[in-house]
Formats: sequence, C-alpha cells, structure tokens
Amino acid sequence: MHTASWEIAFENLSLGYGERTILRDITATLPAGKISVILGGSGCGKSTLLKNIIGLHRPQQGKIWVGGKDLFDLPRAEYRRMRRHMGVLFQDGALLGALTLAQNVALPLSEHTSLPKEVIRKAAFDTLAQVGLREFGDYYPNELSGGMRKRAGLARAIIASPSILLCDEPTSGLDPITAAKMDNLLLSMKAHFADMTTVVVSHDMQSVKKIADYVLVLRDGQAVFAGSYQSLATSNDPYLQQFLHRTVEDEEQRRHEEQDPRVHAAIQDWLAS
Amino acid sequence: MAYAPTAFLAALGRPVLEYINTAGAMTLFLLSGIYHIGTSRKIWQRSLQQVYLIGSKSLFLILLIGIFCGMVLGLQGYYTLVQFGSVGMLGSAVSLTLIRELGPVLTAIMLTGRAGSSITAEIGVMRISDQIDALDVMDINSMAYLVSPRIVASLISFPLLTAIFDTIGIIGGYLTGVLMLGINQGAYFFRIQNSVTLVDVTGGFWKSLVFALIVTTVCCFQGYFTHKRRDSVGPAAVGNATTSAVVISCILILVADYILTSFLL
Ligand SMILES: Nc1ncnc2c1ncn2[C@@H]1O[C@H](COP(=O)(O)OP(=O)(O)OP(=O)(O)O)[C@@H](O)[C@H]1O
Ligand SMILES: [Mg+2]
Repeated sequence: MHTASWEIAFENLSLGYGERTILRDITATLPAGKISVILGGSGCGKSTLLKNIIGLHRPQQGKIWVGGKDLFDLPRAEYRRMRRHMGVLFQDGALLGALTLAQNVALPLSEHTSLPKEVIRKAAFDTLAQVGLREFGDYYPNELSGGMRKRAGLARAIIASPSILLCDEPTSGLDPITAAKMDNLLLSMKAHFADMTTVVVSHDMQSVKKIADYVLVLRDGQAVFAGSYQSLATSNDPYLQQFLHRTVEDEEQRRHEEQDPRVHAAIQDWLAS
Repeated sequence: MAYAPTAFLAALGRPVLEYINTAGAMTLFLLSGIYHIGTSRKIWQRSLQQVYLIGSKSLFLILLIGIFCGMVLGLQGYYTLVQFGSVGMLGSAVSLTLIRELGPVLTAIMLTGRAGSSITAEIGVMRISDQIDALDVMDINSMAYLVSPRIVASLISFPLLTAIFDTIGIIGGYLTGVLMLGINQGAYFFRIQNSVTLVDVTGGFWKSLVFALIVTTVCCFQGYFTHKRRDSVGPAAVGNATTSAVVISCILILVADYILTSFLL
C-alpha cells in the first residue's frame, strides 16, 4: 500500500470500555514523519488511545484517520495490510513468554517471510544490539528485568521497519543512561526513516524535551493541549506547568497529614507489639 | 419496583440466553480454530510441540490412573461375578468397561485437569499481558498461532492416550483378577478376545476424538476471552477462567458421553 504520508488524525474521538467513557471528543492531528508525544496523568487513557490507533478497540464515537484512511471503515484485508506498517511497543513489553528474546524479536520476520533461519537470527540479534541487549538474545522474557523486556519490545516493534511506530512509555523503568539511549534510538530512527511517524506515550519530561516535535496532553478525559514542545514550555496554564516542573498544589501535599487517629493508633500498636 | 409476573420468566430467560450465546460463540471459535489449521504456517511444527505438552507429558499420569482403574475393575468385577459363578467373564467385563466407557472418559477428564487447565492459564496470561494483542498487531493470526495447533495436538493425543489407558487398564485387571484372585489366565484373555468387537474399539475412538475437541475448545475459549469475564479482572480472571474451563469441560464430556453412547449402542 502506498500512502504518501502516515499522518494520524483523531476526529471527535470518544473512547472507553463498555459504558464507561475514558476520553471524549478528542480532535488532533499527529504529524507524519515526526515524533509526537502523548502526555497525561496515570490512568487518564493514554494506553487506551494507543490501542485504538492500532485498531484493537473500537472508539465509542468519532474517527481515527491513519494515512488519510478511516481506520474503522477499511475492509478487513486492507486494515490488515495497514497494520503491517505499524510497530508497537506495549506498556509491559508484551513479549511472548514461551519464546526467547531473539525469537520474539524475530517473530515478524519468521512469520511473514521465508528467509533462511540464520538470516533471521542475525537480524534479530542486530536489532537487539540496537537496544543494548545482544547478549540476552537467548534468554526468556521472565529471566529479564522490566526495563530489559521493554527494550526487547522496542526491538520487536522496529525490526520490520514500520511506517508508524507506537511506543507506550519506552523509557519508564529505565536508568537515565539507558533512557537517553532509547531517546537517541528514536531520534536516529526518525532521521533514518524520513517518513516514519512515531507516537510516544511518556511521563519522562526530560525525554519529552529531547524528542518531542508535537505534544498532546490529556487530562480528565480531554485534550487540554496540542502543539509543539516550545509552545508547551512557554504556556502559562497552571496544570501544564505542574506537569513540566513536577510540582503539585499544596492542598494535595498536605492530605496525608490528616490521618485518622484510629488508624494512627492501630499502626503504633502493631509496630510496638 | 412493582413485582411483574414476567420478572420470573426474565430471570429464567436471561441466563438461558447467555448459555446459548456462549455455546454458539464456542462453536464458532472451534470452527475458526479448525479453519485456521489450513491457513496456519508451521502448523505441524507447532502441533508437535503441543503433542509433547498435552500428550507426552501426561503419559505417566495416564499410566498410573489406568493401572489402578483396571485393578479396581478387576476386584469389583470379581466380587460381583463370583456371586453368579461366572468369574470367567471378568476379562470381558473389564475390557468392555474400559474400551467403551472408562478409557475415553477418564482419559479426557484427566487430560482436562492436566493439560486443559494449563492451556487456559497460559492463554489467559497471554491475554491479560497484551501478548495476544501483540500477535494481532504483528498480523499473526492468534487463532492460527494458539488454538489450531492445540486442536491438532489434542486430536492426536487423546485417542493415543485413551488406547494406552485401555491397554494398561486391562493389564491392571489381569493383575488383580488373575495374579491375585486366581482366575485362569487363558480364560481372562480369551474372554477379551471373544467379546471385544471392532465396533467397541471404534466407538471409544470416536468418543476420544469428540472429547478432544470439547476440551481444547472450552479450555482455549476460556483463556482467550479471559478479559471478557464479568466476575473478575487480571490474574484473578485467569484463575476463574481455569476453574470454569475444567468444570465446563468435565460436564460437557459426561453429557457428550451420554449422547454418544446412546447413539453408538
Ligand atoms: N481492559 C480494561 N477494561 C476496563 N477498563 C480499563 C481497561 N484497561 C484500562 N481501563 C481503564 O481505563 C483507564 C485508562 O487506562 P489506561 O491504561 O489507558 O491509562 P494510562 O493513561 O495508560 O495510564 P498509565 O500511565 O498508568 O499507563 C483507567 O482508568 C482504567 O481503569
Ligand atoms: Mg498506560
């Protein structure tokens, strides 16, 4: 399928689970060939939004346009072809527990091509090397740390050179150096594949500052900001400033002082016993 | 809310409709699984791996259950037959009970506990940790990847293990009947040869194939739709899915056994 640009657009999008609406009336365009970052508090629906972009959930209302096509209006076969252009890093990596890292990373190739085994294996190890995991190719996911699984998930997402790369919190749970490496990897991929659209969900403001071309901020089920990182940094919306500078309003900070005296006494009793 | 005379009917109807709904969904699930046997790449390689997990790893259990089952049949059969002075019939009693009924049913129930539960748990964990979504995103059909190989493997494993169960059970009956209680060895085996017909054997074989489909469908289905459970979410849902899978499989095995027996006799 030839699509000139892999832009992702939301049109009056509302989504949620069952009766419950989590995001409502989102309209935004994530530019093609750029890195867009979705920001928002924990539990505000970022992962849910990502799953809708992939087409795993149907929105309750509105449309998602991917590469100029209405994702939920495509014939099944064309939707599948579209999905082949997407690489996804799930929040917890979502590596198959029954396969080693190398087998996991190689999956898109071993399932869809008839390349010889050694070629596939080499490609898997080379991609693992990009995320600093070459030595761990023969380990099983459960033998690794959360951050390592996440990096392996990223390797799997990029092995088939996707046109759209969706990453759910690629740097959470990583140390600052490895996180910086992941940022560099994303930037170098952007430089290498000029028309690759990258969508990153992140809480890591340093990383956002480094990689973001476009930022979408979600809060209370709505998009409260959409625009470049510069305009986010200079915005004087109090919530955005809190997000940028990691501060909270005093009121919220003071809350834990008001502990119920009964709870306090019970805990003291327990500690003394 | 005023009591409506139809409320009772509604309360009765809703679960019934739900059951029918689920039964339909499971049937479609099975058909889809069978269809994808044809479309799945590396189906033999994956099925073979599942034969190892479902079949080969259950072999010891089946041997153990089989030998004791046969031994108990030998004992019980002996003490019943001795009242009629026809202990010579023991061979035929043991072998027919095993081949027609106990072999297929007990093997299927044992495999539900041994292999079916782990199928549900494994697929359920894959569901709640996004692994099935990840397969879909990579355009790897999750039915073809997860369900079809298990259907093939069960269709291979269930009849083979049933045959092993029957054989070892007959040996168990021999141990108690002949070696312990002193029935004539020749009579024991002669009676088996004499009374077991090919129809009995094929009947047991068909049963084990049907049970294989039931167990894999129910267990894969429960795992695959762990996230749709209304009673729980997350790891608890995997646990509940496993329980449901085992319970539903066992019930369906016995119901199907009754229906098949009434057709086969
Ligand atoms: N499978 C599900 N069924 C029902 N509700 C769900 C499901 N998954 C998530 N939710 C709900 O949707 C909301 C958004 O969840 P989501 O995982 O999208 O949050 P998030 O923004 O990714 O949070 P985090 O930053 O912690 O990952 C949450 O309030 C959660 O309770
Ligand atoms: Mg999330």
